[in-house]
Amino acid sequence: MIYLDHAATTPMRPEVWDAMAPYASGVFGNSSGVHDVSRQAKNALEEARERVAAMLGARPMEIIFTSGGTESDNLALKGAVWSPRDRSGVVAVATEHEAILETVDFLRRLGSPTALVDVDNEGFVDSEAVVDATDPNTAVVSVMLVNNETGLIQDVGAVAEAVKGSDSDIYVHTDAVQGFASEDIDVGALNVDMMTITAHKFGGPKGTGLLYVREGTEIEPVLHGGGQELGRRSGTHDVAGAVGLARAMELAVADRERFRSQIGQIRDDFEERLGAGIDDVALNTPRVGRSSHHLNVRIPRIRNETLLMRLDQRGVAASAGSACQSGAATVSHVLEAMGLTPALARESLRFSFGWTSTTDESIEAADIIVELVEKLR
Amino acid sequence: MKVLVAMSGGVDSSVAAALMKDEGHDVIGVTLRLWSGPGGQAPTAGCCTVSDAEDARRVAAELRIPYYVLDYVDDFRDGVVDRFVHDYASGLTPNPCIECNRTVKFDRLLKSLGDFDCEVLVTGHHVRSREIDGVWHLLRGTDKAKDQSYVLSMLTQVELSSTRFPVGELMKRDVRRIAAGMGMRSAHKPESMDICFVGDGDYRAFLEEIAPDVFRPGPLVDTAGNEMGSHDGIVGFTVGQRRGLGVAVGEPRFVVRIDSESATVVLGSRDDLLVSGVELSDVTWTDGVGGTGDLMAQYRAHGDPVAASLAGSTLMFEEPQPALAPGQTVAFYDGDRVLGGALITSTNL
Repeated sequence: MIYLDHAATTPMRPEVWDAMAPYASGVFGNSSGVHDVSRQAKNALEEARERVAAMLGARPMEIIFTSGGTESDNLALKGAVWSPRDRSGVVAVATEHEAILETVDFLRRLGSPTALVDVDNEGFVDSEAVVDATDPNTAVVSVMLVNNETGLIQDVGAVAEAVKGSDSDIYVHTDAVQGFASEDIDVGALNVDMMTITAHKFGGPKGTGLLYVREGTEIEPVLHGGGQELGRRSGTHDVAGAVGLARAMELAVADRERFRSQIGQIRDDFEERLGAGIDDVALNTPRVGRSSHHLNVRIPRIRNETLLMRLDQRGVAASAGSACQSGAATVSHVLEAMGLTPALARESLRFSFGWTSTTDESIEAADIIVELVEKLR
Repeated sequence: MKVLVAMSGGVDSSVAAALMKDEGHDVIGVTLRLWSGPGGQAPTAGCCTVSDAEDARRVAAELRIPYYVLDYVDDFRDGVVDRFVHDYASGLTPNPCIECNRTVKFDRLLKSLGDFDCEVLVTGHHVRSREIDGVWHLLRGTDKAKDQSYVLSMLTQVELSSTRFPVGELMKRDVRRIAAGMGMRSAHKPESMDICFVGDGDYRAFLEEIAPDVFRPGPLVDTAGNEMGSHDGIVGFTVGQRRGLGVAVGEPRFVVRIDSESATVVLGSRDDLLVSGVELSDVTWTDGVGGTGDLMAQYRAHGDPVAASLAGSTLMFEEPQPALAPGQTVAFYDGDRVLGGALITSTNL
């Protein structure tokens, strides 16, 4: 199999699995317990928290371990809206992940004033447009760092500065799920109050992630219970998951420079190969301002659904960028927000690269795509 | 041979996929995502629900065959649901399952065979097909109680030549036995009976939601034209219907005719339901040639065929038949062999 769907999920790095294993068996304790096996677990959990915080430029108590991106996004928005602060509005960008958009819609149905900010035809959002969408009732603004479908990098720092410049009481959240593998991430530099990270996008385990919450940010928990995570997220700790998250982050940070240059080169070579073989292939993102590992292209007159199935037959795993839970390719809301018609969106595919990608397999995949496109046309 | 199996998640299409795989074919399974509901919700009853697609996915995984869900929501809405709503509003008695088989399952899927690099489409219908001297024939399924040839009676050589129906050769109990032997969860699933996009089988509630404007009040009249009452909209009535008419008279009354333009529902006795013949449109012949003359006609999915004679687009029954309605399909037979099919346009003969 040639795996070009790293934006969906990545294979786990073996070192991560090794780091987690002791906490899945021997050190199985409940981190809240009053005995040795639990103290060992608690110790590993807090050590993981410290390591994670240091890598993000945060303090340990500002890290809430969660079950991953969706939970973190939910906690950020619902937590801000339901907090005792007298603000209930939510503003997000039209190209956010469903975990944000569906939460925004849920809050709207509960009575929150909500607004989605449009993007330009390259996918960029204008900071002033975000500010214009806020009002004195706005509790939180959410802006994704790296788009999961296109790889476009949003200038989160600039948006945060503009929003806070107009109203310093608005919280700014960023979903940085797609960005951690390639981007240097520091919560101070990004100037955000909350940030979502999930482990499985960069060689970590599925089902574990975190929400960074800047000290002083008031959020109401979404999961109530035993009061873990300083009451902000109840539930017995997934110690192995937290340890795996920390280890995966360390490995990703250590690998980042190579990742950007080498994986970026593999992606560029792949893109060039596609362009050489299919003369009308169109890029759905600008060349400048995108991540090193995403590629979203449109191949005219070929339905993405068809090409993806044919690629699967040939052992190449890719994606349409958006799919409903049944697996059927649906029209991408991201591409629609960028002005593509539904018909053009249905000709678009996402290829995403990751820590295991190699030049040889990527070139082979590009050649298979070119061959299939010729056949299908 | 590389084959594409239309898998609904039910026992028949699951076994169809298994049989083709056993025969050594290169099998790809697909489920059609047809409907997302007026509010975007997936249907929970009928033949294309989310849980059915999940069942199909599980079967495909067990069989180790590639499996995909195809998004045909637009085709289904335009070709089947809109037409169903329009027909109902026009006083017709449409059969959306027939339309879906024709315009979505067969037409669209056959056209996309090439996309999958497949030669043949396989479905789980209980019918048989045979090629004799270069002509494809459609026959009733081996299990007469499960026969589905009526709903496929309007298929032609184009469809028949590139479609296979492996389970139509079997009795349903044998299909279930095969499924159970393979450990399929679908082995004991109940048959899907409801119209898939109408939750709980309540099409009135469905129409009220999706097409509220088709509820126009009108009169209930007897066959002589005397007003007997009023109703809230013709969409609530079907020819042959006896219950819920809202009029109390001595002898049983039935809906015998619906006039959509004047929103008039005509009530009559059991005898008034009888028609001696019908006018047809879209007459289709399985062999592409067709003809006229004596044949056996079946006008309900599980009704008995009756002797009739076709001249042009006029079908006359040997004995008068009850409760036929415009919009219904008539299938023509010669014994077990399907000759063709057509739609009833009027019964005023």
